[in-house]
Amino acid sequence: MSGHKHPSYLKIYFTLLILFIVSVLGPEMAHVLGLEGVPRALLVLSTAFGIAIWKAYLVCAYFMHLKVEKIYAPYILLACLSLLFVFFFGTATDAMFANGHNWVKKYSEDEALAEVIARDEHHEDDHGHSESHDESHNEEKSQ
Amino acid sequence: MAEVVHVEVGHGEHHDDHHELSFWSKYIFSTDHKIIGFQYMFTGMAMALIGGYFAYVFRMQLAFPGSSIPFWGTLSPAAYNSLVTNHGTIMIFWVAMPVLIAAMGNFLIPLMIGCDDMVFPKINRLSYQIFLLSAIVLLASFFVPGGAFGGAWTSYAPLSAKAQYNSTPFGAPLWLIAVTLEIVAFLLGGINFITTTMNARAKGMKIYDIPMIVWMIVIASILFMCSVGPLVAGAVMLLFDQTLGTAFFDANAGGDPVLWQHLFWFFGHPEVYVVLLPAMGIVAEVTCTFARKKLFSYKLILYSSIGLGILSFFVWAHHQFISGVDPRATYLFTTTTLLISIPVAIMLFAFVATLYGGSIRFTTAMLFALAFTGEFLLGGVTGIWLGSSGTDIYLHDTYFVLAHFHYTFVPIAIIATFAAIYYWFPKMFGRKMNESWGKIHFWGTIIGFNGIFIPLFILGAGGQHRRIYNFQNYPDLAGADMQDMRVFATMSLIVMLVSQIPFLINFIVSIKRGEKAGKNPWKANTLEWVAPSPPPHGNFGPVLPEVYRGPYEYSVDGREKDYWPQNEKPEPEAS
Amino acid sequence: MAHQIVATGRSRTGIPTGRLAVWWIIGSEIVIFGGLIATYLLNRFNHGPSWSAEAAHTNTFIGAANTFWLLTSSLFVVFAHAASERQDAKKTRMWIWLTIMLGGFFMGFKSYEYATEILHGYTIFTSNFWSFYYLATGLHGFHVLCGMVIMAIIAENDIKNERNWHRVENIGLYWHFVDIVWIFLFPLMYIAK
Repeated sequence: MSGHKHPSYLKIYFTLLILFIVSVLGPEMAHVLGLEGVPRALLVLSTAFGIAIWKAYLVCAYFMHLKVEKIYAPYILLACLSLLFVFFFGTATDAMFANGHNWVKKYSEDEALAEVIARDEHHEDDHGHSESHDESHNEEKSQ
Repeated sequence: MAEVVHVEVGHGEHHDDHHELSFWSKYIFSTDHKIIGFQYMFTGMAMALIGGYFAYVFRMQLAFPGSSIPFWGTLSPAAYNSLVTNHGTIMIFWVAMPVLIAAMGNFLIPLMIGCDDMVFPKINRLSYQIFLLSAIVLLASFFVPGGAFGGAWTSYAPLSAKAQYNSTPFGAPLWLIAVTLEIVAFLLGGINFITTTMNARAKGMKIYDIPMIVWMIVIASILFMCSVGPLVAGAVMLLFDQTLGTAFFDANAGGDPVLWQHLFWFFGHPEVYVVLLPAMGIVAEVTCTFARKKLFSYKLILYSSIGLGILSFFVWAHHQFISGVDPRATYLFTTTTLLISIPVAIMLFAFVATLYGGSIRFTTAMLFALAFTGEFLLGGVTGIWLGSSGTDIYLHDTYFVLAHFHYTFVPIAIIATFAAIYYWFPKMFGRKMNESWGKIHFWGTIIGFNGIFIPLFILGAGGQHRRIYNFQNYPDLAGADMQDMRVFATMSLIVMLVSQIPFLINFIVSIKRGEKAGKNPWKANTLEWVAPSPPPHGNFGPVLPEVYRGPYEYSVDGREKDYWPQNEKPEPEAS
Repeated sequence: MAHQIVATGRSRTGIPTGRLAVWWIIGSEIVIFGGLIATYLLNRFNHGPSWSAEAAHTNTFIGAANTFWLLTSSLFVVFAHAASERQDAKKTRMWIWLTIMLGGFFMGFKSYEYATEILHGYTIFTSNFWSFYYLATGLHGFHVLCGMVIMAIIAENDIKNERNWHRVENIGLYWHFVDIVWIFLFPLMYIAK
């Protein structure tokens, strides 16, 4: 790895920090602005995940020196990464949906959400007591 | 003063160590790739005997239900499940993988690419030790309360996820831990194989000069490495489900049991090719050497094996056609499954084409290699029915599936392995194995093998379900004609098992008393035949070989000898 | 044993063998973490509302602080690598130990976070979101811990004795990978609500 000019690591680092702050603030902004639906999803996805990909690229390219590494290394990593997409899309046809062409999952999303909300209210009543988590735990099991 | 003396003594001991290693450091804690290869091979052979014994016990139960089985006693339904499960697990993870990839890879890769050892000898040793630990954990699971895991080698949730379903509270987690350890061992080994081949090739060895088996082991290691990740994640989830009581695969709490099947088969199907490819490589080497002919279309075989590797990531859900995957996905997976038979067929026909016009020598190794080509073809062809979602719905979980995958796995893990052992035995131990005994072993194995699984194809097509302990409880399956076929299959199994006795005797006797082999008994080209037999520590002596040509230059026109070793210097321009 | 392996010194690809092996290890880790993240995403899409409600309980502040520690430690380990190229043992060890310190901050914050969550009743059994949360962050934390131990060994065994300088780069690559995993876990578990 000698014999080439290193990029300025500090410069990359500060870029990463700025991106990181944006990625935290983005979803907060969506909350503050009171966005709903598609605009909110766009803002959250682009700031949270778009920036995550950008950050990962910066770390890979400059900190891991993939830009100047022999071509094998990025190929190895990209091959492994692309297989995950194969896995995701092959599995998504049934694992991602609550019902499909010839099956339906009995698990009810509405009940689950109601349960989470009920547990939250329960928590606000007696916050931090050790009994509370025991109870909620039992509650969970009895469902 | 005392200190000085102490230092000198220490130095002297170290010196002795280097020249005359103790038994322990030479054979047990060695970092030499050949010794580690032997360790893998002998562990694999021991596990193969255990797996074969399990097969004998449950086949006896199926042929003579309820009667007392010699060398076992009466078989309970729970023990039957444990034996079937662990037969499958052992034969795939502790026989096919260690012998085909780890033993052959360790022994052959450094020799064939012309270097003195693996690039990471200590990681190599660690890999074997983890593997041995995994084997011990698996065998230990037979002696815990509740017995060994009995939920099939696929370990489907929810059966595997809760002790109240599978009633093996300790067996199931131990099984999972053993498999995970085994995966870790092969990840370490695989990284070693890949980096060794990528980086440590002899001077002059270009990528098309690499012997086919080295390519195949490397591609197989890459496949293993790229496919096993989701299963590692899934295994941890399943272990949490079993031991802590989480609900990753519990449908009642929002988990998804089919997800486990995806995680498992995303690894499980490439795994078939992980063991197939080294077997193909072995057959390529053996066929070329004994047909005295250049391998037909080296590059085509190489490219089709890479294509096979890539395609193998797109076929996994053909194991799940009736388990609730979306019907639209089955179209896709049927198509890719039928496509994947093309590269396999290309390879098999390339072997047949290699034979054409050769001067074939029917040694035992060659017989096994030819048998692989024929028998595996049968296994592949029957896979077409199972790959089409329409016929699979009828045939799923019958003995047809079972016979199909034994027609692929037995040629891979047994027949090709024997070809490799007979072929490389002279290199491993410096002596040849006895050919007459070898041929008795060959015919016993092949006849026994076909005798087991041809009846099972017929039974499976007749609707015989896989996971039944006693067929007499099912009137449709209890007929005398079906029972006769089961008895025939069991008898054939006994023939096949008994045929291994001449092999074992031959193997052990030949190590000590076999005919001396010399450096190159088969007159083969690849670099391992340049080294002395057996190769010393460091393989080639002080000077490592250089490579000038491809590995399969047999019967080249205008040459006196019919072989042309890779390391032989070309003659200086004599036109 | 004094015997030096020739094979380890060869480099047909032009990548030193140690680094090539690290690339493969990272490749296999990508598939392990990727498989976990893919299954998480599948579940997340399947159980949208209830999982979003659960994700609202993760502590964004601690997650953000941990991102900061890891990003900074990535910078430090790159400085360690730069120092090791100059064969400056003192600087290399200093940067490695600073990296380990930040890894320690990460683990400390993580422990505090786990402790508060468990005290508030969000255990690994609470729901599948929390099972995934503990599994993914736990597996990641395990990798951080392993990286810290390996770095300490390299600093005190190799660099102190001024040998095996390339190991600093190899562990650095691994550490960056662990950082990248967190870059993706952070929005998945903490931000997207």
